Amino acid sequence: MTRGMTQETSALPEPHEQVDTRREVIALADNIAIQKDVRPSGRRGEHLPPIICAEKFSLYYGRKVGVRNITMDIQPCCVTAIIGPSGCGKSTFLRSINRMNDLIPHVRTEGLLTVNGVDVNDKRVNLVNLRQQVGMVFQKPNPFPKSVYDNVAYGPRLQGVRWRPVLNELVEQSLRDAALWDEVKDDLHKSALSLSGGQQQRLCLARALATKPKVLLMDEPCSAIDPIATGKIEDLIDQLCDRYTIVIVTHNMQQAARVSEHTAFFCLGDLIEFGPTETLFTNPSEKATEDYITGRFG
Amino acid sequence: MANLIRRRMTNAVMFSMTLICAISVIGVLFFILGYLFWNGGRYLNWDFFTKLPAPVGESGGGMANAIVGSAKLLLLATLIGAPIGLLGGIYLAEFGGRTFPFVVRYVADLLNGVPSIIVGIFAYTVVVLKVRHFSAWAGGFALGIMMIPIALRSTEEFLRQVPRNLREGALALGATRSQMILTVVVPAAMRGILSGLMLDIARVAGETAPLLFTSFGNRFWSEGFNKPTASLPVMIFTYAIGPYEDWHRQAWAAGFVLLAMVLMFNITSRLLMSWRRSR
Repeated sequence: MTRGMTQETSALPEPHEQVDTRREVIALADNIAIQKDVRPSGRRGEHLPPIICAEKFSLYYGRKVGVRNITMDIQPCCVTAIIGPSGCGKSTFLRSINRMNDLIPHVRTEGLLTVNGVDVNDKRVNLVNLRQQVGMVFQKPNPFPKSVYDNVAYGPRLQGVRWRPVLNELVEQSLRDAALWDEVKDDLHKSALSLSGGQQQRLCLARALATKPKVLLMDEPCSAIDPIATGKIEDLIDQLCDRYTIVIVTHNMQQAARVSEHTAFFCLGDLIEFGPTETLFTNPSEKATEDYITGRFG
Repeated sequence: MANLIRRRMTNAVMFSMTLICAISVIGVLFFILGYLFWNGGRYLNWDFFTKLPAPVGESGGGMANAIVGSAKLLLLATLIGAPIGLLGGIYLAEFGGRTFPFVVRYVADLLNGVPSIIVGIFAYTVVVLKVRHFSAWAGGFALGIMMIPIALRSTEEFLRQVPRNLREGALALGATRSQMILTVVVPAAMRGILSGLMLDIARVAGETAPLLFTSFGNRFWSEGFNKPTASLPVMIFTYAIGPYEDWHRQAWAAGFVLLAMVLMFNITSRLLMSWRRSR
């Protein structure tokens, strides 16, 4: 990465500007939505510059390889699926994007991974800002042991939103976006733990949406919930991808085929193949991909 | 066949031995409770809770001052022991590296094993001898020191039980580490921490030795925290070795009240925990 690009790092907003940042983000999302409406034809987001770029990106846990030499560009406002056998580095790559791997000791990265042109591994990156722009939904629903309202309001409150009407509005909008509003609107102050597993996962989605991220990372969001709830989450992904860039890790190849525009196939820490979902599933160029999607391996 | 009989015999013997030991655990508590009640509890009356001790030689009177005194001492002890234990526990569970927390944990275990009379002498030396009189402060200080190790270890233990995915959830929403700890981890562990604190208070509530020469004792009300203060355990000690039949009865009654208090703290703690699980 050239010096010029890293200079933009300092353009990341300072913490005290966070509320404004959110407005910008909303404005940006609106912008993109408008652009999308007037897009010519073809795949959504394709005419826009990529929002997440990996260039020869590697991550090591001590001496163990997490992912190796990944080069891929992820388009904004579309769904990118990452598939591959267990332990192949899918989640590792996903968690690199919002630096959740920082929690693990002895993690080391090489190469470049940028979000919006900013190197996420740059020491000057403000992790709080990064994670507000890159939201995440985890494999197991992990609502906080607080009320539904407080769960959704958690992110905005961290950003300094205290004014009740604004919070109410944000909470309602986020819950609506996560298709949970109708189920919880009568009692927003009941414990989030009293919801069913599928509802909890949608609550976690609403919670992530409430910080107004640009990118939404989903780490096997449906693996701990039943098929009906899975269907709901997939519908949501379909609706949300107009406004958010979604990267989803999944073990379920049908799911990848159903929801995504692009699919990346990872194996043993390497990116084997990356391309439009249709092509990858109908006409893979690599033997390993074909073996995996036809179930002969992995 | 003989082999089978022998195995059944062994089984029966082992089973009954372990059962007897298990029953005796319950038995001891109920025996103590019953004994206390028989000897003192049945003489309990309203006066015991509302009146001062009767002048020496007269019968009747109560231990209102000792009950209030015990409450004051426990309050002071909690004010000293709980914050140190809590914050220290948070440090150990959340921020600690490797060596330092190990040392702290080890020292806390050692401190936990220090005989209470030694803690009493320590408080006597650093507080009572400095200000030249007995006080509730000194007693609370001694009890507070005794509370630290358990508060520390139980806080750490409960914080560690908070699942990792909750922490990740908070961080992924843009929380800093301290925000995560304060707004998610500690609240999630709060009931556990409180119940640990309850058990801790229950444990020091019955301590006598550290109070003998710190808060000393008082046959009258003691105003504020700067005077010698009566407490139930010391009162029991004084009355039990006194020469009057009525004193002995009152000592038993005080013992009954003290045990009931400790049991109440214990039961509250259990309730807190089970409520947490059922939520």
